[in-house]
Amino acid sequence: MDIQDIIKPENKVYSSPRLLNDSTMHYCPGCSHGVVHKLVAEVIDEMGLEHNAIGIAPVGCAVFAYKYIDVDWIEAAHGRAPALATAAKRLNPDRLVFTYQGDGDFAAIGTAESIHAANRGENIAIIFINNGIYGMTGGQMAPTTLEGMKTATTPYGRNVELNGYPLDITKLLAQLDGTCYVTRQSVHKPAAVRQAKKAIRRAFENSVNRRGCSVVEILGTCSSGWKMTPHQSNLWMEEHMKEKYPVGDLKNIEE
Amino acid sequence: MPKPKGAVIIDTERCKGCDLCVVACPTDCLELQKKEVNNRGYRFAHVIAPENCIGCASCALVCPDACIEVFKVMI
Ligand SMILES: Cc1ncc(C[n+]2csc(CCOP(=O)(O)OP(=O)(O)O)c2C)c(N)n1
Ligand code: SF4
Ligand code: SF4
Ligand code: SF4
Repeated sequence: MDIQDIIKPENKVYSSPRLLNDSTMHYCPGCSHGVVHKLVAEVIDEMGLEHNAIGIAPVGCAVFAYKYIDVDWIEAAHGRAPALATAAKRLNPDRLVFTYQGDGDFAAIGTAESIHAANRGENIAIIFINNGIYGMTGGQMAPTTLEGMKTATTPYGRNVELNGYPLDITKLLAQLDGTCYVTRQSVHKPAAVRQAKKAIRRAFENSVNRRGCSVVEILGTCSSGWKMTPHQSNLWMEEHMKEKYPVGDLKNIEE
Repeated sequence: MPKPKGAVIIDTERCKGCDLCVVACPTDCLELQKKEVNNRGYRFAHVIAPENCIGCASCALVCPDACIEVFKVMI
């Protein structure tokens, strides 16, 4: 069969998400942010929420998320996305309101906002990209950095005596009464990407239906910060990150 | 038994040569250019074995830059 007979609109099984616009994303080659952006765009489109979604962009590498996914966005000060999302959702109770945040944003500078929005049971979805590092500013240690992990500020590896322990904030949030769905996913393999998409969909449905606060942590990679190729980063993530941050649902009040 | 037959189109100018699609493809259809680069200077991905493609979309799912379109028929 000729390739031209296969390449026809009726045979298309995958294309770039409609809500992802044409501007090339500024992320480094292989960055997990791109994969998660695609999933967010696909889920919003599939739910028919193009005109009823409000995203809150973080400070961090995903600061320009609003340039790539064609829905309404608000840009938050560093770590304050859950506070802005609280306001957006209370004023627009029928809309999907979600934040998109890195680990430095969500689990370091924004810890108070993160915990209290979750504990208040705000009807928002939090997409939390954990790459174990401050990507944007040059790969410094984050609260999530693994023990022994080398970063720009822990060149000999994170030493718990000096730097404290890695923070599993998602596990902490699962214990709060205000969260309805807390899960950890990854996007390093096709099957994982499909699972992560289901998790994002569930979280977004929870926001629209006002079931409480949903947290979808996604284990990401930062090949620039980790100083590895994208593929090596995926292997490293699988081998090391999943040990401290196991993938799967931590809480789902629907079940 | 009908067999899946696939084809992909890669937006080579959008591609950043990250290699993740090459690794994800179960039938070794793809490769990064060895010498040629795109306008941004990346060694972009291209199809080296179109006859192997089964249209599984693994490459497209893992592509962070949404460069790949996938087509599939059953024959
Ligand atoms: C109030 C304030 N403090 C510090 C910074 C510097 N800063 C910018 S991004 C960032 C960390 C981002 O890391 P993370 O949230 O993990 O996102 P990533 O870049 O890894 O995706 C910091 C500390 C800032 N922009 N504003
Ligand atoms: S620095 Fe890291 S997180 Fe930021 S775009 Fe590059 S790979 Fe992604
Ligand atoms: S669709 Fe599947 S078989 Fe075809 S190139 Fe992509 S990963 Fe390989
Ligand atoms: S995954 Fe996408 S960006 Fe990376 S090499 Fe393949 S086509 Fe290019």
